[in-house]
Amino acid sequence: MDLLIFKAPILIVQASMDGILLGILFALIAYGMALQWGVMNIINIAQGDLVILGGYIAYSMYIVGIHPAYGVIVSPIIMFFVGWGLYKLVINKVVDRDLFISILATFGISILMQQLMNSIFGADVVLAQSEFGTTMLFDNSVTLPNAKIFSAFISILFAIALVIYMKKSKLGRAIRATAQNARAAKILGVDTEKVYAATFGINAALCGVAGALISITFTLGPYVGLPYTVRSFMIVIVAGLGNLPAVAISGMGLGVFEEFADYILGTEFRIGAVFMLLVFILVYRRFKLSRKREYLK
Amino acid sequence: MNKIVKLFITFISAITLTLVTVSTSSAKVEGEYIVLGAAVSLTGKYSSNGVHTQNGYNLAVERINKKGGVKVGGKSYKFEIIYYDDESNPKRAAQLAERLIKQDGVHYMLGPYSSGLTKAIAPVTEKYKIPMVEANGASRSLFTKGYKYLFAVLSPANQYLEVAIDLAVEKNGGKPVNIAMAFEQDAFSQDVRLGILDAAKRTGSKITIDDKLPKELNDMAATLAKVKATKPDVLVVSGHTKGALTAIRQISEMKVDIPMLAMTHCDAAKLSKQHGKKAEYALCASQWHKNLSYKDKYFGGGKKYDKDFKKEYGYAPPYQSAESSAALLVFKDAFERANSFDKDKVRDALAATDMQTFYGNIKFGPGGQNTAKPMILFQVRCKGDTCENKVVAPTQWASDKFYHPIPKWSERG
Repeated sequence: MDLLIFKAPILIVQASMDGILLGILFALIAYGMALQWGVMNIINIAQGDLVILGGYIAYSMYIVGIHPAYGVIVSPIIMFFVGWGLYKLVINKVVDRDLFISILATFGISILMQQLMNSIFGADVVLAQSEFGTTMLFDNSVTLPNAKIFSAFISILFAIALVIYMKKSKLGRAIRATAQNARAAKILGVDTEKVYAATFGINAALCGVAGALISITFTLGPYVGLPYTVRSFMIVIVAGLGNLPAVAISGMGLGVFEEFADYILGTEFRIGAVFMLLVFILVYRRFKLSRKREYLK
Repeated sequence: MNKIVKLFITFISAITLTLVTVSTSSAKVEGEYIVLGAAVSLTGKYSSNGVHTQNGYNLAVERINKKGGVKVGGKSYKFEIIYYDDESNPKRAAQLAERLIKQDGVHYMLGPYSSGLTKAIAPVTEKYKIPMVEANGASRSLFTKGYKYLFAVLSPANQYLEVAIDLAVEKNGGKPVNIAMAFEQDAFSQDVRLGILDAAKRTGSKITIDDKLPKELNDMAATLAKVKATKPDVLVVSGHTKGALTAIRQISEMKVDIPMLAMTHCDAAKLSKQHGKKAEYALCASQWHKNLSYKDKYFGGGKKYDKDFKKEYGYAPPYQSAESSAALLVFKDAFERANSFDKDKVRDALAATDMQTFYGNIKFGPGGQNTAKPMILFQVRCKGDTCENKVVAPTQWASDKFYHPIPKWSERG
């Protein structure tokens, strides 16, 4: 079975496309995580649950008869306020503290959100139908669901919009200033409290977009958030903070790597293979870093 | 002096309190009630099926109590169940089983929902020699450990889709088939997989794809691309509700043409409702269906059960509820045959069970699994936009003919 991909080379195209489309979506979630990690020094364990909540917003629209694709507009708006509220309630109390405390706090938020979603939406796994159809290439041997293409397109759109916003707008500049040096920004008159709240809100909004896309490409359930947190965490670790192109490339790279691991090593090793890669990258980085340090000495 | 008196009073009251709790807790049969214990998942990821389980238990308790209760030693007793919420967490389930047995003094247990939680509780009930009739743990490994006090009314997991392979071979003119498998890496799905391996061996069929999906996976695109490239005769999928929903979504999106698709958890996933016509022709394993012709004097037949359950809880009973109700019928029968409340006598009576319920025939094998009831297969069939599950195998209960092969996507509207 291992060699199937070489017997049928068209599978290479399929695997690459699947990986890239998957990777772009994950990169969007990861970018939100990198943003708040960079600005607020918070690792948000509840990231995946924010994604799922965003998905449920799109799903609710689908249930009442609105096309779930409109979720990519509605969901981020609602999620921005959810994020803002979460910041005011919990995160502002842990933002200046140890990283460990913020992990604990967001872990608590994650559990709470899971149980709330469970009681509101039920424990059943659900999905929304987009009826977008399929794009077929190479005489039907490569099939790409239009829902996935749509997801990738929307993800890229939001990412570009965000980059421009960060560069041009006043709030964007304030966020970047705070990320560089919070105290200096404060002295220069930046309302860091507001910046933090906005950052958390923007991250939640990005999760909302991703969630709406996931409702039409994958499945939703109150307890399926954690893999999204882990995946985006991984992408951020590989890419580093505050570097969108790196996040996008790392997201796609991991996606493609995972697909190929599936074909070559077997499905049971695809997640394991990604983690192995992560270990290699971390070891390699440390190695590089220590050489630099010696050089500095 | 004052202090000593206070201390003395505290001490005495502590002792009295302990005595009071102990004296109430030693009663496995309180007055006219036979007390059963159950830890079910009312919150957490199994909460919907946990509630189905609880509703099944409750409906049976109410029905048995109304129809004369349980007659032991010439006296009529009623059932009562103490429930705890195990939060879908195996550790918690084991703790609660201890608590039910040691603190609440329960001598007879009903099972939780899911194989994983049953696996957590079984060692506890075994240790205290408490008979447990369970209705929602199908994993084969439950029945190979030599448990003496565990009885399951449902068919074990390895039987879920074996019939499907036989059906595929039959449709192939008795010749072996090529099988593609995609199973989640959890106890239940891997047991289903073992059943398929047995069936493949028996029929001389070949396994062309054997993918083990990680639990956190929600993308089967790679597996399906392999299926598309190798063109097997039958694709078998098992990965709980998430697996069933993902499979149908991606098979339809990727236009994967396979002659036969067999899976588990179709009704739990509400496939015909969530996916509609995309799910048509999918073959699904089920423990029970309301159209089966089994009968008993408490619920009548399957259709009557379906009606009564709907009236009580406002939704059609999934098989998880039906099998849970059956567990109480088994207990009642065993108590009456044992004609005693002695744990071991009840256990022996349970082991000798041979009865028919609306849910199916029940007779326990040496490992505690039900050997008398076959699994059934239904196929999702649509008329216009409404899709329904139609029983297609085994033949004696089939309401519709098995549709084979599945039409190509290019021919489906």
